[in-house]
Amino acid sequence: MSVDLSQFIPSFLEESFEGLALMESSLLSLEVDDKETINSIFRAAHSIKGGAGTFGFEKVTEFTHLVETLLDEMRDGRRAINPADVDLLLESVDCMRLLIEAARDQSDYDEAKVAQTSLDLSKSLAGSAGLPGEYEADAGNAAPPADGQQWQLTFIPELHLVKTGNDPLLLFNALADLGALELSAQTGGLPSLSDMDPEELYLSWQLILTSSASEQEIREVFEWVEDECQLELVRLTPEEQVEPEKPPAEAIPEQPITTEKSADAAGVPVADKKADKPQVKNKQDAGSIRVGVDKVDNLINLVGELVITQSMLSELGNDFELSKLERLTSGLEQLLQNTKELQESVMRIRMLPISFAFNRFPRLVHDLSKKTGKAVELIIHGEQTELDKTVMEQIGDPLVHLVRNAVDHGIEPAEVRLANSKPEQGRIKLDAYHLGGNIVIEISDDGGGINKEVVLSKAIDKGLVEANSSLSESQIFDLIFEPGFSTAKQLSDISGRGVGMDVVKKNIQALGGRIQVESEQGKGSTFRVHLPLTLAILDGQLVRVGSEIYVIPLIAIVESLQAKAELINRVSGDMLLYRLREDNVPVLPIYQLFNLPADTSEVENSLLVVVEADGQKVGLMVDDLLAQQQVVIKSLKDNYQQVDGISGATILGDGSVAMILDIPGMIQLAMKSAQKNQAQHYGSHALAGETVS
Amino acid sequence: MNIQELAGDIPRVGDNDIEGIDFITSGEQYLTFILEQEQYAVDILCVEEIRSWEAPTKIPNSPEYVKGVINMRGIIVPILDLRLKFNIGQPSYTEATVVIVLTLEAGQASRTIGFVVDAVSDVLNADESDIKKAPAFGGCVPQHYVAGLVNVGDSVVTLLNVEALQTLEPHKLN
Repeated sequence: MSVDLSQFIPSFLEESFEGLALMESSLLSLEVDDKETINSIFRAAHSIKGGAGTFGFEKVTEFTHLVETLLDEMRDGRRAINPADVDLLLESVDCMRLLIEAARDQSDYDEAKVAQTSLDLSKSLAGSAGLPGEYEADAGNAAPPADGQQWQLTFIPELHLVKTGNDPLLLFNALADLGALELSAQTGGLPSLSDMDPEELYLSWQLILTSSASEQEIREVFEWVEDECQLELVRLTPEEQVEPEKPPAEAIPEQPITTEKSADAAGVPVADKKADKPQVKNKQDAGSIRVGVDKVDNLINLVGELVITQSMLSELGNDFELSKLERLTSGLEQLLQNTKELQESVMRIRMLPISFAFNRFPRLVHDLSKKTGKAVELIIHGEQTELDKTVMEQIGDPLVHLVRNAVDHGIEPAEVRLANSKPEQGRIKLDAYHLGGNIVIEISDDGGGINKEVVLSKAIDKGLVEANSSLSESQIFDLIFEPGFSTAKQLSDISGRGVGMDVVKKNIQALGGRIQVESEQGKGSTFRVHLPLTLAILDGQLVRVGSEIYVIPLIAIVESLQAKAELINRVSGDMLLYRLREDNVPVLPIYQLFNLPADTSEVENSLLVVVEADGQKVGLMVDDLLAQQQVVIKSLKDNYQQVDGISGATILGDGSVAMILDIPGMIQLAMKSAQKNQAQHYGSHALAGETVS
Repeated sequence: MNIQELAGDIPRVGDNDIEGIDFITSGEQYLTFILEQEQYAVDILCVEEIRSWEAPTKIPNSPEYVKGVINMRGIIVPILDLRLKFNIGQPSYTEATVVIVLTLEAGQASRTIGFVVDAVSDVLNADESDIKKAPAFGGCVPQHYVAGLVNVGDSVVTLLNVEALQTLEPHKLN
């Protein structure tokens, strides 16, 4: 009986991606003479190769074989660990990932990149043969004996080459007689099977020849086909054998993926592509989740308890008498406790350590620091902090953006740093920790900081704020999240935090989170992202306004109180302030903001729920305080649209729907409507920053 | 006996077809409903269900035609009033008021919205050739909502474009 291997493919893929992540992180931390790390990288590559072979992913096997050979040399000490090789291996890890993803999705991949990297690998392998006597020929890999000069040949035959009686194989055999030959075929020009003429030759080749033969001798091999092909012959210097020079792939016509190449050449930041990639992956990965056994055990225990409680209750119900009421209540209490714990444990299954999001940053910073020529050290803290899987998937890209900005704009060039008596190496810190029911992710750098004056003057130029308005520091920093700031290229001259920051903010807000900036000029900046632990459930306070019931997230509530008439002040026209000890808290009548009929429109003696968002306290005026309960958040956007001041809806115990208030959104709504009112009174000059604060 | 003669025995649509299976032979089907005095219709495949009126939860600052949201088996479904959306008179809401819930699939996402109408009347069969273009003369219903007109006996039914129906105005500040 044959076994259907395909059922094991998902676990192979999962393990492969884990292996790749391990290879990547190990390579980044690889130090000279670190046998253990090299071994683990080798093992990862080896098991990927083995698995790919089993499942028939030939391209993966083929490519990984080269990587493995290189690693093997490092492992045996035949090859010294040098940065160029490590970079090459990192590239190779990218290629392996591309290949495995392509095998998984049965889609195309960037052939040019893979061909280039495999050529580089071959070159590097061939180059290592320069150490006399140290190289043993590997069975699967025709690495050359150690003598002579390396030549790189690009051989692009014309379509009709075979019709004239020439056979490339014979040419290559003749070349192989001259020395060791590495060759890779470019299959990019192959037409689809239906369009293929079997008598035509669609392939072209990249060859590396290690030989003592002269250029003349090599050219002689191609004498017969001279007019029927394009032939490029380049002598490789030892440096070139490691450093990838101009991509030979470009020399080949009909190469399918040239756009990718040219995008690279145009200096599109590496991370842009990086940022796209995980999205695709996440979509695919959404099907499975790896959970620690302890979490599952815990869940099983809880279900066991639940079953016991249930049987107790049903026994009680069989012949119930009023005298057993006490036992019933305690049983129900136990049920409540069980359900709650069960819910928490189930939620915990979706929680993953944030290292899943953080582990791409060492590579990102490594690549960026190479690209920008800035030495940057990355410090990661709190990577064990757990976060809901969906939040994790969506926070990745904004974080990438923030880290990239920190390297790109935050950290100054080495000269500037030295001139300011800072260490030459910049430092970026990633930190994650719990704070109340939220998780906070901090991205801080010790760079130049944000220049407030420049930001402000740019904002005034762009008409985002009035020329003479006085803004607080945090209000100024918030300007960098304005959409108007994002497109302007010239802004990069001020620590230019502008590029796409509006998108970052939007994404974070879409997750129900917020972002804060702190910056001190010359000392660096900190971006603090606050996120809810989960998107599914929140602790809410139910309140009534008129006939409507709203849910206020408990986390936003500072206190609830009965307003006292003598503590209410009316200032600047008709703005209501409530004196809360030393604070003056603006009062926000919900009925007015939401256009509802309410029980009372008088603040005097009404109920105030004091909430805080973005450092701003506001008293929400409500008619009644109801129960506190956990509510399941349902999106309004699915079937309707985003509503200002509302973060979603929930279904209450009686089946009715209640809106969940979005406190920061409500404050903004109030500001907007105040600005609108003022604008109506005073013409078009909306007075920014002079509303609720 | 040749094949033509055999085929002649099969009842044709319209004359003496077998009751109950006429939907197999006819064209598209539409659910017709009444607003004020007029008959309208929507593609029946979009109809999720027909419900009676229950007071929805209001959405703050929404346009007048958005009555609010209801809980339909755990899904939050907005309820729009078609009379108000089309600006044809003021509706009244009683237990007999009808809500047609329409689901529109658009790629991966689908959107479910309920529409308040006066009454559901019939199922209408109409081939594509039966659908006539609506003349561009006035009327309260904006042109882009109208997919065409179908003659039924002496009266005319307006086919509505479900996709257009589901477009929503963004909220404005009061």
